[in-house]
Amino acid sequence: MDFLRPGSWAEALEAKAALPDAVPIAGGTDVMVEINFDHRRPPALLDLNRVAELAEWSERDGRVRLGAGVPYARIIAELGDRLPGLAMASRTVGSPQIRNRGTVGGNLGAASPAGDSHPVLLATDADVEVASTRGVRMVPAVEFYRGVKRNALEPDELVAAVHLDVARGPQQFAKVGTRNAMVIAVCAFGLALHPDRGRVGTGIGSAAPTPRRATEAEEFLAAELADTGLWESRGPLAESVRRRFGELVARAASPIDDVRATAAYRRHALSVLARRTLGWVWDQYREGGWSACA
Amino acid sequence: MTQRTSPGHRVRELTTAVSGGIGESPVRPDGTLKVRGEFAYSSDLWHEDMLWGATLRSPHPYARILAVDITEAVRMPGVYAVMTHEDVPGANIYGLEHADQPVLAVDVVRYQGEPVALVAADHPETAQRAAKRIRVEYEVLDPVTDMVAAAKGEGPALHPDGNVVRYLRIRKGEVEATADVMVVGEYEVGMQDQAFLGPESGLAVPAEDGGVDLYVATQWLHVDQRQVAHALGLPLEKVRLTLAGVGGAFGGREDLSMQVHACMLALRTGRPVKMVYNREESFFGHVHRHPAKIYYEHGATRDGDLVYVRAKIYLDGGAYASSTPAVVANAATLGAGPYKVDNVAIDCWGVYTNNPPCGAMRGFGAVQAAFGYESQMDRLAERLGMDPVEFRMRNAIAEGDTMPTGQRIDSPAPVAELLRRVRDLPLPPERRGRVDIRELPGGVSNTTHGEGVVRGVGYGVGIKNICFSEGFDDYSTARLRLQVIGGEPTAMIHTAAAEVGQGLVTVKQQIVRTELGVERVTVHPMDTSVGNGGSTSASRQTYVTGGAVRKACHTVRDRVLRMAAHRLGVPQEGLSLAGGKVVDARGAALADLAEVLGEEVVEATEEYRHRPTYRVDAERGQGDAHVQYGFAAHRAVVDVDVELGLVRVVQLDCAQDVGRAINPQAVLGQIHGGSAQGLGLAVMEEIQVVGGKVRNPSFTDYLIPTILDMPPMTVDVLELADPHAPYGLRGVGEPPTISSTPAIVAAIRAATGRALHRVPVRPEHITGT
Repeated sequence: MDFLRPGSWAEALEAKAALPDAVPIAGGTDVMVEINFDHRRPPALLDLNRVAELAEWSERDGRVRLGAGVPYARIIAELGDRLPGLAMASRTVGSPQIRNRGTVGGNLGAASPAGDSHPVLLATDADVEVASTRGVRMVPAVEFYRGVKRNALEPDELVAAVHLDVARGPQQFAKVGTRNAMVIAVCAFGLALHPDRGRVGTGIGSAAPTPRRATEAEEFLAAELADTGLWESRGPLAESVRRRFGELVARAASPIDDVRATAAYRRHALSVLARRTLGWVWDQYREGGWSACA
Repeated sequence: MTQRTSPGHRVRELTTAVSGGIGESPVRPDGTLKVRGEFAYSSDLWHEDMLWGATLRSPHPYARILAVDITEAVRMPGVYAVMTHEDVPGANIYGLEHADQPVLAVDVVRYQGEPVALVAADHPETAQRAAKRIRVEYEVLDPVTDMVAAAKGEGPALHPDGNVVRYLRIRKGEVEATADVMVVGEYEVGMQDQAFLGPESGLAVPAEDGGVDLYVATQWLHVDQRQVAHALGLPLEKVRLTLAGVGGAFGGREDLSMQVHACMLALRTGRPVKMVYNREESFFGHVHRHPAKIYYEHGATRDGDLVYVRAKIYLDGGAYASSTPAVVANAATLGAGPYKVDNVAIDCWGVYTNNPPCGAMRGFGAVQAAFGYESQMDRLAERLGMDPVEFRMRNAIAEGDTMPTGQRIDSPAPVAELLRRVRDLPLPPERRGRVDIRELPGGVSNTTHGEGVVRGVGYGVGIKNICFSEGFDDYSTARLRLQVIGGEPTAMIHTAAAEVGQGLVTVKQQIVRTELGVERVTVHPMDTSVGNGGSTSASRQTYVTGGAVRKACHTVRDRVLRMAAHRLGVPQEGLSLAGGKVVDARGAALADLAEVLGEEVVEATEEYRHRPTYRVDAERGQGDAHVQYGFAAHRAVVDVDVELGLVRVVQLDCAQDVGRAINPQAVLGQIHGGSAQGLGLAVMEEIQVVGGKVRNPSFTDYLIPTILDMPPMTVDVLELADPHAPYGLRGVGEPPTISSTPAIVAAIRAATGRALHRVPVRPEHITGT
């Protein structure tokens, strides 16, 4: 197995073009597990740790460009105000050691349905910036996940960054696991209110072949908030709305029975998470200085 | 004999007290290295020119082997040896209690993961890949997976004598007793894993005399030596074992794993061979806790006195016997729990199936039974309208009472006192306002901010036999050498008793310091060049090896005092050793020990045996089977998110009688660790087996408690001396594992109102989805 260590992004893209089977590695928290257990033996590893710009983030015009190599620990420490949902999801990732190494880029590359960052990327309408020697393209998160551990990357492409709006509304992330820390998701849910656009964003994790949005739930809630003037009035949200939202989120999932939980439990838990997180974001919206679309 | 000028005729004040004796908590000799990550575990062993061994294992729980073709593996560059059952030099059969397990499978495999062939190569990956190139043709058979059916004799016999490894029945009083109130319950215990962090590993080095030196992480060097020598066809003295750094054990290292395999490869290749399992292989490489199905019927008077206990207990031993007979003995003889009851009928079966082999794990037999009988005690209390603690205290067994085996308890058994103490500890404050999510069920996963969270409190108490039972010749050996090194009297203590992290190394030093008044005590590496130390299990090492160390100290001390008396010209009577001096009956220092010793080396080797035990009779299970009983009680306070079924244990308090805390800090460590392992069984730890296959052989899906799952504990340690035991001590390691699980489940029941008849409790059991 070759170990390629490009010193720049351009070199990394050239290496990937020359050897499309090379597996990119940043923190190694997924890749090394597979290699250590001999589940995967790529012809080459493409180490991205020397590509300095991958570990940077910047903000421009209310949008954050988060380099694919920024570890979760830095997202929590540096971006909790701008990207609260992603920071919350980052806090649930593994152990402190894993959060020091693991990256959103790695989560996207692995495209596991259980990846913790995916629900938030979906809920916040994030775009994935992918690049190759052929050029750069933006893939909306919702189009990025293509199947169990499959994503929209072409063989010669690498994830460069993720673009997310600086939060203009409250966001929440919740994950069920049978341990109170350092646990893989049984199911997870991300929720973002976009009052400026009158939109509700959702993301379901670990309850379908891919991370996915609960589109019907989003539309139901957005319509409910618009129709009743709640965006402006910031009045209390009826329990019936929260319940209905929970049911629609659960309905959007296609969970399976597996070693971590039953499908029925996953659906049930998602409805509870959706109902609760909606309560929390709505409370935050009512209390916070978020501006609504007029 | 040369008579040197003795300074001892002057009476001097004794000014130096030796620190780090019994009752103190000196720093462990290996403590600093472990904290710094510098301790060499068995997986860190390295030898020049060493090869790496790998094991090919069966993917099937039950299959006939039709053919094994090693051609492709042998051809791989870097491969030095490929071995099958045909290459086992000695007897291809071993086992802890019954020799029923092949070193390498011959014509049948009886569990998923059973070793079939071995490879030695110059790189670990080459060895792994070569193993994959061995072609094994199997005829897959329907596995036996139902323990109750196996006990009834249904299905194919997996071993010549059928599928019942052991059946034991206990009868006391009237079998047909009746009572005012009765409860019937069915309980199930899932398969727990020891989940030690250091995987199975060791290094076998071929020796010039045709023998082999094996450095290995194990729990019992001499029982390994016997089995390895037998399988290699070598005399015992040609198989020498040295304990390598052990990263946890909990029973899982009592059976052989890679010991014979590495030795076979080393003897074949003439090169040192190292084997290290990875985490996944480790799940297949050691025995687990027996899953159990338990049927209980309890009867009590309206006033709350237990009248009878009837039970049928099934324990799934998996493919090979391992410790199953002893697990059956514990579950049966302790199946009524720490309670006075006149009428007992317990039937217990340990069976063979094609599930993963199960054997020793902390508290075995007692853990499974306690989940059942403690669940029953709560239900009975509820039926009687009594407080669960009052009901237990009313029926608690005490010194002088008789166990269902007829054995009289002849040392303190403060069961009621332990319950009273945990009950009277302050409860944690109620949650108020917004709390840190890490203090709520789900923790950092942010599943609740208080919604759906209900608090519950529950109790559990348990009983465990300490040391080996049923007539086993249970002894340990200690060799002690006392001499002057660099002007200071220095003791070296040598035993074969395995230090697996529990702290025996410190305890041995403490005993020597106290008995000889010598501060400098070196612990010799543990190996088979000294006599058998017995197993590091059954909470027995401080008792038995501690007893042997004390005995060796006394022999050495007597010799030294004889020397002193001779040199000082005083009678030996009344002399003792303290603070590095020889002192007289008034405590006055007569001479420096160093001066008395001079250039003499005083050495003694002693064996210590606890009092004998006896097999119970086959008809009614009567007999003095056990040496000593240990007791612990827990109170658990839990917060349960009743909508999501997630649990956070808020507080877990324990009271335990340890007879005498030789090392108070180590005692607390055992109680914390045991309680945490019981917590794991209560709410998360299970090897899930379907059709004989393990579904979760990784730490991604086999979850063990983290620091955010394990709450702070208040531990109340009682020291009520057992007159039969060295220093009055009582084994510590297992009792806290036993009562922790039922206490936590009782608390979850209190919070949810759910019956919860199975551990670990999964979220689905609470939500009903």
